[in-house]
Order: sequence, then structure tokens, then C-alpha cells
Amino acid sequence: MKVIEIKDLVKIYNSSEVQVKAVNGINLDFEEGEFAAVVGPSGSGKTTFLNMVGGLDRPTSGEVIVGGTNIWELKSRKLIDFRLRNIGFVFQAYNLIPVLTARENVEFIMHLQGRDKHERNQRVNELLTAVGLGERMESRPSKLSGGQQQRVAVARALASKPKFILADEPTANLDSKSTENLLDMMEKLNKEENITFIFSTHDARVVKKARRVITLDDGKVTSDEKK
Amino acid sequence: MNVIKIAWRNLWRNSRRTAITMASVFFGVILSVAMTSMQYGSYDSMIDNVVKFYSGYAQIFDRAYHENKTINNTMELTDSIRKTVQQTEGVTHIASRLEYFALASSDEITKGAMILGIDPIQESYVTDVAKWVEKGQYLKEGDDGVLVSVNLANYLKINIGDTIVLYGQGYHGVTAADLFPVRGILKFPLPELNNQMIYMDIGTCQRYFGAENRISSLVIMVDDHNDLPAVMRSLKASIKDPLTVMSWDELQPELVQMIDADRAGGVFTKIILYMVVAFGIFGTIIMMISERIRELGVTIAIGMQRFKMAGILFTETVLTGLLGAASGIIGSIPIVVYFYNNPIKLTGDAAQTMIDMGMEPLMYFSLSPFVFYNQAITVFFITVVIGVFPVYKAFNLKINQALKA
Repeated sequence: MKVIEIKDLVKIYNSSEVQVKAVNGINLDFEEGEFAAVVGPSGSGKTTFLNMVGGLDRPTSGEVIVGGTNIWELKSRKLIDFRLRNIGFVFQAYNLIPVLTARENVEFIMHLQGRDKHERNQRVNELLTAVGLGERMESRPSKLSGGQQQRVAVARALASKPKFILADEPTANLDSKSTENLLDMMEKLNKEENITFIFSTHDARVVKKARRVITLDDGKVTSDEKK
Repeated sequence: MNVIKIAWRNLWRNSRRTAITMASVFFGVILSVAMTSMQYGSYDSMIDNVVKFYSGYAQIFDRAYHENKTINNTMELTDSIRKTVQQTEGVTHIASRLEYFALASSDEITKGAMILGIDPIQESYVTDVAKWVEKGQYLKEGDDGVLVSVNLANYLKINIGDTIVLYGQGYHGVTAADLFPVRGILKFPLPELNNQMIYMDIGTCQRYFGAENRISSLVIMVDDHNDLPAVMRSLKASIKDPLTVMSWDELQPELVQMIDADRAGGVFTKIILYMVVAFGIFGTIIMMISERIRELGVTIAIGMQRFKMAGILFTETVLTGLLGAASGIIGSIPIVVYFYNNPIKLTGDAAQTMIDMGMEPLMYFSLSPFVFYNQAITVFFITVVIGVFPVYKAFNLKINQALKA
């Protein structure tokens, strides 16, 4: 079942004198349960592509259809609500809310969704235990290591029960061990809960784990391999 | 996680900066409270002086008397008027006065004098003339003697027990001439009054001027000046033409103008003071937003609506100001209470000016709640205006750019 359909996606940045085509006519589909990596050199358009798929950066042209909805036809408030209910994000720099504990960071997104307290508590416990942080729930981000913070970020991304998770270079700031642990955890969640993961990455370890590898160069898909 | 809880935590993530910002509000508010308290304390003191020195809180008189202060325009004090005024809620005392001019003579010296007929007992609740008696004694009810102001007494070369001749024109042109024993010498703080005043019992005065039961004004006192507007409304409804009732501020427009001018000066100073405070808060808010731009982008990216984000930032701004204002108000209370109980004593020319105006040379402070809550309202208003900035930022944040910040 298709989770995302991407049609003729283009992003052009207009600087003072030159036009830069960051994404140049990408057509892709993602099926439910995929564990895909988008790779390519710096400036190839990976992050721009992910931002447009995630409803964070408006494309110059083209469509991103998620569950039958062209997300770029939605008004600003509807788009934010769509992201809240359908898309999970994991960022390179973790980007947890520093004044909230690990528990509160994960709970926060469900709070925004209007879930009741009992459901929130139950899911937070499940998720933080699943990412191996059952004992650090009340710690604030500053008290957690980079790897632990990224685990909380993954738990936060999963908390809203999204259709898919977009992870922009999630291992870029992690050491080898933390990278290994995080990838194992995400692979497990992907297999057990059939959650779709799409990464942008430079990291060979991520590429190795991915079951589909899409290569971008100059904003175009140069290869799309399924393992 | 409600908005206030998140805002509160955000406020303390950089506790030193928040504390410094709050301190700027704290000192601004203390200064403003002290200044406002001193201003309003001085105004209260001035009004009190004017009211208790002469005018009372309000007066009833014939409309024609207000235009032309001749004895022919005096009013008749009927039982009905007296009863109406006495029964008005908030009125504590009334005192009738008959006021006109005559020539005062002693041996071969003559001088124009202002004759003021008073009810010796009731007048003591209004102006307390008795406290200005320098020599001799105060008037008794029905007394046939007079009190003479000190400079006039010196000019006429009279003293306690001497007799003074008053000669003038009474009601509707009758001749008013009589002899009066001097009961006491009055010394007022105002030289102008010392030069010309003669006090006598109102009954004696009415007989002297041939104006039986007539008064130039009925002076009204209230317990609390805050009751005056209600008392005035009630009296204006019940006092009919040709009589009229005027409050102290209508009787002393120049004092009101002076207070208004001073208040305007104070407002200008406070505007400058609060602008300094406002820019302090604004600087902090700009820093706070620029430091957290990525976090704000992430929060909107994961699904927080912009209006909620704006609500958090706005709450942080208002909380910063209000906490500073609250601490400033609390901090200012002991200072204001101290000066309320120990007014600042003026010296030199400033003191002499006050004395010449018939006032005590003291700077009084006010403990009116207005002095305090006015600051909270001002700071709230300032923070609401400043709060527009983070709200604007929240609604105009470009997520993709914020994520790169």
C-alpha cells in the first residue's frame, strides 16, 4: 500500500543572480513499512527533498500525496495539523524541547493531538521503554547523552502514531555505539510495528541497514535500489 | 503541558537573564511607585489644606452670589435646605457662613476688613479656626465679640479686651455700625489673611449686617473625599435654582489646574522611566527569540499550531513583566509605608513657599491602592505591546529556515 506519492517535485531557490534547482523533478512512491535511505553528496538536495515531503518547505512545483491528500494544497493550519497526525520527524540535532523531561517531550505531541491523560501515560511508558530509556523518563535533555536524546526524539516521532517517519541525518551527531543502538531500535520498530522510515544520510551504517537506497545528485534521482 | 507551565519553565531556562530583566522592572516600578505615591500624597495634602483651610468639600450658595459676592445676593438658610443637606448620605458636617466687607476702626485708624460670620462650633469641624488663635480665646456660640487677624490688629493697634468699631453697608443698603470687643488675635500662615480677617459669631454677624437668617454659603464636609462625587450627585439633584452647589475643585479651579500640570509632568517622567524598562524587556525578548529560533521551528514542524506557540511566547513576555512588577510593588510597600508615616521635611525656600501657601512644609506620601495597581497595569500594558513581537515572529516563522538556524 502506497504511503507517499511524489510527482514531479521541483524546488528552485532564487538567489540574487542565479537560480538553483535544489530538487529537479523527482517522482517516487513509498510503500507502507519501507526502511529507505536517501543518500547523495552534500548539496544534492536530500534535506530539501525531505522537508518538502514532510510539509516543511513548499515546493516550487509538483505534488506530495500522503494517504490521498496533496499536502501542499492544505492551508497553513491544516498542514500543521496534518503533520501532527501523519508525519513523525527525527532531526540531526535531536531538537528536543529543553525545558521538558524525556517523558514530557514524548507526551507533548500527544497533548497537541488532544489524547487523554491515561492514553498518553501508557504510550509514553511503552515508547520510552521500547527505546531503552524506561529509567530516564524524568531526565531533561541536558542530562541525557546525544544517543539518548536521539532515542527520545524517535520516541517522540512515534508517539503521534504517524503514517511515516522522516529522519534527517539522525546519526550524524552520534558515536558508533549510539548509532548502532539507534539503528537497531528503528529497524526493530519498522519490522514489528510496520512503521515506514525514510532517512537522509551520509552514514554508511544507515545505508547498510536500509532496504531501499535512493541516490540523489543535483536534485535528481540517479538510482533507486531495493535490497 | 499547558501554556503557562511551558512559559514558566522557558522563563527560567536562562535564569540570570530573566532575573536581570525582572530587576530592571523591579527598580523601575519601585521608582515609579515612590514618585506616584509622593505626587498623590502631595495632592491629597494640598486638597486637604484647601478644604480644611477655607472652602470645605463643597458649598451651597445663591447662583448670583457666585457671580457677584455682595450681601444682597446671600441666601436664606431654611430648615428645609438644612435638613436636605444634613440627610444626604456621606455629609458629616455643615457650617453656615456670612461673609462681607466693612471698615474696621480703632481710635483714629481705619482699614478695610473682611468680616466672616461663622458658627463657632460647626466651623471647628471645617476649618478649625481655633488653632490659629494666637492670643486670647476662641469664639463661643452667640458670642458678641470678634477675633481679629494679627496684622490688622497691629495696624489698628488693638489687643485682647479692646473694642473695635465696624462700619459698613448691610443687607439692602442698611447701615451696619457697631462696637465689638476683641476676644482673640488670629495668626494664619497666609499673610493675606493676617492683613484683613475679622471673625464673629454668625448670629452676631447677621444682626450687624441686618441680614437675619441669611448666609453667603453653607459649607459641607464629608468623611472621605472619595464619597464626594456621590454626595455631589445627590445634592445637585436636590438643590434647586437659584441655589447651586459646587465642590472644592469647582471652587478652586486654579488648584486643580496646578495639580493637573504637575500630574502631566509626572506622567512624562514616568513615560521615560517605563520606556527604559520597556526596552530592557524588549531586548530580552529579542534575545530569547533569536536563541530559540530553531526550537520554535521544530515545535511548529512537529505539529504545534502557530497560535499556541504565539501564546507561549506572549505569556513568557507578560510573565517577565508582571513578575518584575509584582516584586517591585512588594519591594516598594515598606518604602512608601515608611515615608507615609515619616513625611519628608522640606527645608529652605521650598519649605518657606509651602508655609506661605498655608501648608505644612512636608512631603506626604500616599498609600492609595491606585499608586500600586497603576504600576501593575502599566507594566502589563507595556508587556502586551512588547508581546506583539514574539506573536508576529511565531506567525511569520519560516520553518525550513528556522531548522537551519
